[in-house]
Amino acid sequence: MNFDLSPDQEALRDGIRSLCEGRFPSKRVRDGFDRSVWRELGDAGVLALRADGFGRADAAVVFEELGRAVVPGPVVWGYLAHGLVDGVVSGVDRTTGRPGPVFVEHRDVIDALVVLDDDGVRALAASDLDEGAAVERALDPLTPLHRVELPDAGDRLGGPELAAAWRREGAALTAAFLVGLAAGCTELSVAYAHERRQFDRPIGSFQAVKHILADMAVRTEVARAAVHAAACTLDDPGVGDAARAVAGAKLLAGEAAVDNGRAATQVHGGMGFTWEVDVHLYLKRAWALGTVFGTSGDHADAVAATLPSFVH
Amino acid sequence: MNLRYSEAAEAFGAELREWLAEVLPALPPKPARDDWPARRRFDTDWQRRLFDAGYAGLAWPREYGGRDSSPSEQLVFLEETTAARAPDVGVNFVGLLHAGPTLMVEGSTEQKARHLPAILRGDEVWCQGFSEPNAGSDLASLRTRAVRDGDDYVVSGQKIWCSFGQVGDYGELIVRTDPDAPKHRGISWLILPMDLPGIEVRPIETVLGSSEFSEVFLDDVRVPVANRVGAENDGWRITNVTFSFERGTAFTGELVDSRTLVDDLAPMIGDPHQRRELGKLAAELDALFALTQRNVTRAEQTGDPGPGALMMKLAYSEWRQRFGELSLRVLGRVGLDLDAPEGARLVEERLRTLALTIAAGTSQIQRNIIGERLLGLPKEPKPA
Repeated sequence: MNFDLSPDQEALRDGIRSLCEGRFPSKRVRDGFDRSVWRELGDAGVLALRADGFGRADAAVVFEELGRAVVPGPVVWGYLAHGLVDGVVSGVDRTTGRPGPVFVEHRDVIDALVVLDDDGVRALAASDLDEGAAVERALDPLTPLHRVELPDAGDRLGGPELAAAWRREGAALTAAFLVGLAAGCTELSVAYAHERRQFDRPIGSFQAVKHILADMAVRTEVARAAVHAAACTLDDPGVGDAARAVAGAKLLAGEAAVDNGRAATQVHGGMGFTWEVDVHLYLKRAWALGTVFGTSGDHADAVAATLPSFVH
Repeated sequence: MNLRYSEAAEAFGAELREWLAEVLPALPPKPARDDWPARRRFDTDWQRRLFDAGYAGLAWPREYGGRDSSPSEQLVFLEETTAARAPDVGVNFVGLLHAGPTLMVEGSTEQKARHLPAILRGDEVWCQGFSEPNAGSDLASLRTRAVRDGDDYVVSGQKIWCSFGQVGDYGELIVRTDPDAPKHRGISWLILPMDLPGIEVRPIETVLGSSEFSEVFLDDVRVPVANRVGAENDGWRITNVTFSFERGTAFTGELVDSRTLVDDLAPMIGDPHQRRELGKLAAELDALFALTQRNVTRAEQTGDPGPGALMMKLAYSEWRQRFGELSLRVLGRVGLDLDAPEGARLVEERLRTLALTIAAGTSQIQRNIIGERLLGLPKEPKPA
């Protein structure tokens, strides 16, 4: 057992971190997702990780860094569909069978859409899709949405087994991204608590604020351990129950990102309620990602299903 | 990054499983909670069996009779003994996890030779004498005084929350040896033989209706200067060495044991909302175990378990209380009967674990430590 980043994984993390710092500062992120973002992520190898022989634990390290920088775009779908679908690709997951509108993310940029449903995975060219109705005010400004009627057509990429595998891997990498959001919120808040002064001292010296920050750090660290355990279990299924590990990771990472987003808003005081400060971008993305690849309720139920069942 | 145990650790686990299957059926029944002489006999007898089989002091170096196991093997030991529902460390807790490790790092050659083998064999039981009625979270303000008189310290004062006070042969005692120095600088760490004249132990009745802790009154107790661990007035630093053992690793056994509680509760839940709640708690427990594996890896690689160890006590104790609340809601009115066979263990555990967020540094103190040491936040200003 060596449950820590290997030297290669540390180098990977540092490389992606400096890529994000150089190419995806807040100002660029706020411009939203476009083809240049996709191209630069592609050039950095983010989308081709699997083809290049990296494991899920490596990918988790990369996606956490993307989350830390709130990088916009359908990056998890790009990773999943790499090698099977050309161009910019987004996706929708219809396997849960919940009624409701189909929201396609980044409709105006994509070349193709992949659809997961009970029959498996299929790909639709963007040109075969309705224009759809743009959602005028999307909750997350960096995740633009269109309501679209999905046609039945498309190229079949695989059956239900592929859909299940993508759902699991998608949940694990989304969880890694969410841990990055949680960590990013903690860093923003700790920096602000050092710098913001009230009553003649930094607000981070007050226990009422310090304890919020301590809880943010703990939530992040616990969720990160869960995500890394899930990724390691996907890489080596002999070490545990992958379904349970991934469900737990998505559940905890999702809650850590939302709870930390809310806590960060509180620590930033009035500034946390402004458009100008980045905190809301983290919280809104956390909410948006909480709705994909299984909700927290779905995942809690999935973990519960692995426990001894009810005996009358 | 991987979670696969080494072949050596797997082999160790297999051998241990075999041994447990052999010895556990022959153990006497567990004694009643408040029968302290019987509990001492039971727990020290178990420790002696571990010692004879070569499983005592896994974390201890060979020179002190330990096995010098890797942190991975120690984790495997806890997983296997818990899965087999073997006895836990019991009254040997302070000696094995607290005082023993402190003596290894800070004790004299004589002190190590005198106490370490005896702790390991289960011949010696230790208790704790740190807190005082007016020195809880602000432990360094302690007032129990030790005045030098020839080869002895004459000690007077009062200690409280002494775990295993009724059965301890020795106590880890911190006292004020320099009343004029700043509060952190005038403290010394002493080995207190509990049979010295002038010591009175009074059990404290806890919310369990039993007596896990005692008050210890010290009235002109003559403790040999040779029993001092480390230098005079260097006791605060040594106390923090003791705490690093307590907060870093002492909860791992409980954490692993919590899995059996989750598995015990699950078959009692038919309500889908409560099952979902238990699913979430199980996911959190899995994550805390993964964080333990991370800390173990760091300890193996660098000797320092890293930030996760500072967080573990806080995260685990609060998890355990949320789990306890769910178990009471699941039991409903059955849980009002402390002796009902369906839920006795769960209800007792709910009561016992009320102390977890208080003992060994309250959750509030843990958050200060995380905020200040890990996040680098400034200390709260002293009141003017």
